[in-house]
Amino acid sequence: MKKSIIKKAFLKSLPVLAGYVVLGIGFGILLKKAGYGALWSFAMGTFIYAGSMQFVGVGLISGGASIITTIITTFMVNARHLFYSISMIDKYKGSGKYKPYMIFALTDETYSLLCDGKTPEGEDPNLYRFLVSLFNHIYWISGCVLGSLLGSVLPFSTAGIEFSMTALFIASLTEQWLSNKDHIPAITGVFSTLICLLAFGKENFLIPSMLLITFVLTLLRKREEAEK
Amino acid sequence: MKTAILVVAMSLVTMLTRFLPFIAFRKKTPAYIRYLGRVLPSAIIGMLVIYCLKDINLVKRPFGLPEIIAGICVVILQVWKRNSLISILAGTVIYMVLVQVVFGA
Repeated sequence: MKKSIIKKAFLKSLPVLAGYVVLGIGFGILLKKAGYGALWSFAMGTFIYAGSMQFVGVGLISGGASIITTIITTFMVNARHLFYSISMIDKYKGSGKYKPYMIFALTDETYSLLCDGKTPEGEDPNLYRFLVSLFNHIYWISGCVLGSLLGSVLPFSTAGIEFSMTALFIASLTEQWLSNKDHIPAITGVFSTLICLLAFGKENFLIPSMLLITFVLTLLRKREEAEK
Repeated sequence: MKTAILVVAMSLVTMLTRFLPFIAFRKKTPAYIRYLGRVLPSAIIGMLVIYCLKDINLVKRPFGLPEIIAGICVVILQVWKRNSLISILAGTVIYMVLVQVVFGA
């Protein structure tokens, strides 16, 4: 394997490093408080590998939720992944042996790094995407386990470091805005979500937002076709 | 034991949400799905930005100012340098200084 592709994938994944390690530590600490140690943290980080779901999962396992509740909750919290996968179907075509793992590892952050479909020139795009996915997964697992081991002992105040995730999404949105001529999807996303946030409250607005976004974009497609 | 079953259930259902579209549209991707694949990325990133900012309170101190100031810095840096890493690192440091020092207790 060429060194250059590892370096390029690592640089691409770097913005996620801080966010994942910090969020992972937060998760590990929370899980520890609920009475589950590093091994559980490792297992959840490795096999569930979905940030917000794992935080919800701490509540489910410590509260003794039923399997049915767990299944429904997981589906609702992770339904957005359906949309990520839909938009990656074409980009992941022909990625062969890397494909199952890349689909398994398609988190919000990995998606935000890879959804523009751009890969460095002269490198195998599939290997590149695989490596970006793998690096992110490693950061996340490391964070989860670190959190379990560290507990709440940290040498300096990390208050506010969680903004790295927000900054990642803002930078992605800006970059998409600069590189796309069509700004209607971005505007649709922002305003549909704001409307649903106001209408449904901050605990329940994600699913309605995705439905509204899909609905509006579907209407716009009809209009786009009618103009042709 | 029960915990292990719940963890396995969470893992399998999470995988289901990621694999389902790939399995359902394996042969040929319908034009409508391809269209969604083209327009959804920007729309969902827009959604995630709002999701990250959902907890800010505009009527209570500090009025969401740390998020607004740091967020604007990220946008300006991204437009100027087109380097996500710089935008994110600088934006995060600015935010940490704002919440710990400028707007801190």
